[in-house]
Amino acid sequence: MDINPARISVENLNFYYGNKQALKNINLNIFEKKVTAIIGPSGCGKSTFIRLLNRMNDLVPGGRVEGSILLDGSDINAPEADVVDIRRRVGMVFQKPNPFAKSISQNISYGLELEGSRKKDFIERKIEESLKKAALWEEVKDRLDESALGLSGGQQQRLCIARCLAVEPEVILFDEPCASLDPISTKKIEELILELKKDYTIIIVTHNMQQAARVSDYTAFMYLGELVEFGHTEKVFTVPKEKRTEEYLSGKFG
Amino acid sequence: MSRLKEKIYRWLFTALAFSSLLFLVGIMAVLFKEGLPVFKEVSPANFIFGKSWYPTYSVPEFGILPLILASLWVTAGAVAVSVPLGIGSALYIHELAGKKQKAVLKPLIEMLAAIPSIVFGFFGMVVVAPFLQKVFAIPTGLCGLTASVVLGIMAIPTVSSLADDALGFVPRSFKEASYALGANRWQTLYKVVIPAAGSGISTAIILGMSRIVGETMTVLMVSGGAAVMPSSFLQPMRPLTSTIAAEMGEAAMGGTHYHALFAIGLVLFLITLVFNVAAEVISRRYRIKLGLNR
Amino acid sequence: MQNDKVPLSGKIKTAGKLKNKIVQNIGFIALFAAILITLFFLGSIIYFIASRGAGALSWEFITQGPRRAMTQGGVAPAIVGTLYLTLGAVLVALPLGLSTAIYLCEYSPGGLLVNIIRTSINNLAGVPSVVFGLFGLSVFVKLFGFGVSILSGSLTLGILILPGIISAAQEALIAVPRSIREASLALGATQWQTIRKTVLPAALPGILTGVILSIGRAAGETAPILFTAATFFSRGYPDSVFSETMALPYHIYALMTEGTHPVEQTAIAYGSSLLLLLLVLSVSAVAIYARQSQRSVYGH
Repeated sequence: MDINPARISVENLNFYYGNKQALKNINLNIFEKKVTAIIGPSGCGKSTFIRLLNRMNDLVPGGRVEGSILLDGSDINAPEADVVDIRRRVGMVFQKPNPFAKSISQNISYGLELEGSRKKDFIERKIEESLKKAALWEEVKDRLDESALGLSGGQQQRLCIARCLAVEPEVILFDEPCASLDPISTKKIEELILELKKDYTIIIVTHNMQQAARVSDYTAFMYLGELVEFGHTEKVFTVPKEKRTEEYLSGKFG
Repeated sequence: MSRLKEKIYRWLFTALAFSSLLFLVGIMAVLFKEGLPVFKEVSPANFIFGKSWYPTYSVPEFGILPLILASLWVTAGAVAVSVPLGIGSALYIHELAGKKQKAVLKPLIEMLAAIPSIVFGFFGMVVVAPFLQKVFAIPTGLCGLTASVVLGIMAIPTVSSLADDALGFVPRSFKEASYALGANRWQTLYKVVIPAAGSGISTAIILGMSRIVGETMTVLMVSGGAAVMPSSFLQPMRPLTSTIAAEMGEAAMGGTHYHALFAIGLVLFLITLVFNVAAEVISRRYRIKLGLNR
Repeated sequence: MQNDKVPLSGKIKTAGKLKNKIVQNIGFIALFAAILITLFFLGSIIYFIASRGAGALSWEFITQGPRRAMTQGGVAPAIVGTLYLTLGAVLVALPLGLSTAIYLCEYSPGGLLVNIIRTSINNLAGVPSVVFGLFGLSVFVKLFGFGVSILSGSLTLGILILPGIISAAQEALIAVPRSIREASLALGATQWQTIRKTVLPAALPGILTGVILSIGRAAGETAPILFTAATFFSRGYPDSVFSETMALPYHIYALMTEGTHPVEQTAIAYGSSLLLLLLVLSVSAVAIYARQSQRSVYGH
């Protein structure tokens, strides 16, 4: 099964908030064009972990990283690594939909204009293409100039996905993307993730085990800042190697 | 017994809560009552658009256009000073300064706000005016430019602290989304944070302007006091506020001049009222837009 | 879902990256310059007034009255006058402001009336100070017949600082956790008992901070007392609320604009400015410090 190469290799990763250690010695590979789910009880460090993969935790005061995160072999925390470049290659969709208070089309063109793309037809093409990929085009094509804040929660989240796709990332991080959505919107996002994995390497943090089982190829179970178990989703869910994983999956804690 | 007491307290607080309304209405009533009689002598059009203000001549003239224009010139000049500096400071403090810097810079800005206007006026007279007089080689340093500069400095804290509040309302998620798309800090600031705080920042500018238009002692001391139609920043001017302050002492109570000064007060009141209402409307809309009210 | 035959729209240009960095640096430098210039102004005001005013300050300066046509002696009556006016203003504004805040935070049913009150407070805060002076002149000096006096001046200044006191008190009341009120009510306390015994004591530090800030504001205001209280010269201290009075800020203004001996009087004006600045800044420093320590207590 592991025919795809690893896009991201995490080696001996530790992370501290001030004196508190939030992640303990994590080792993990993320495989190309697969969905990797990260599960675990709240506070286990799964969000902290995923935010390290595109250096969003740079914004946390007092945060400190040890170990390495290799994206295609080069360490993203190396001094010569360009954080802007990394974030463009590793996109992110957040827990709560966070569209800008701009129009739908401006939300998508935002990332394109950052690098100086001003060609109108190029941008228009990208808007349509990204919205289509995010399965939102049909719902919004007639009101691209309306405020993105007028969309429903589920639509907003798909807009955020489209916004992310427009800058053509290679890896997409989903940080509990359905946490604030209703079941129907959740289903749409899950279908979208399965569709997107044809082209993208995907990592999804979720507290919903069924969701992990439905969408992912690999599952990592984290507990108290440690990576307890990592493997094919089927195996982790049916024959877990670790006792803690089994207990969590059977609802004994969490 | 205790229920009666409860009722009495409730009524007491309710009644006293109306004091602000009472004073506001009282101020308006006074301005109308004491100001309107001037229109028995001068038509409203001649009062507002008349180009000569000679209240103490044997044949007095009561045209306040030069005073209105002086207020506008000085305000425009002061805005040019206070808006870039005030908003720049707010952005620096809110977005770039670290925790320690913030802890020092915020109180310093508040200190600037606490300095009384009379001290600004005094500083303008003894430091800024002589300096500008030398730089521009003008006969007197007490002129529109000096007033603009000093008023501009005074308004920096107003603009800056209100803009700081507005920046505080911008949801963190906006910034995160922008960073995650590969924007750098400046792009995030310029394209996401400032537009999102836009209406709040315009409120800050408007309230800053309102403060400048209404400022009295500073302009009284540094603007030079010549009631002529302004044509250059380097010329002495006499804005609305300083006219009232300078002339009320010499105006005979109940005379036309006295009423004219109240009418100027009315004009001033209406100008600042428009600013304040505009600011309130904008900030209300803004809060709704960001989903903060409700 | 997507058509694989359409070539992906090409990589986004990355040539802009260096430019982006340069633009960012220029932007940051501009913001830094703004705060630097602002601090430069603050520094130069304090520097000029302190360095030139320090020479005038002496024990005599703060304890004696002016002599020899205001060219010698001190400013004691002006200091005392400013203290009276400020105290009077707080006595006027505090009960009204606190009651308003209590009504708005604790009793108000919401709706139109409350909106009207809120709007009036906002607009009252925006009225130019000289217009307060006009109001005081017309109502307190003339209509009520208090004359140019400490009473008229205090009332006028009191209205001026009212909006500030209201909003400070409101903030302090809002900061009191709801659970404290509920705990008191659940024990069978009436609403007024709850306010008096639990809410007000908890909000007291915040309210006091607001009062202190207003003292600074009232002490420095000149335009409202110009026609209602202030006089250029008085022989001694004011002896009743109906006497007119000297006041520090007005003293500076009078010396600079109506003085007859510019050289000596400018020196006195520097001394008075420094004194006023010290008074106002120390008062507001106390308030700023108090507010910061309160923040840490409430945890927000």
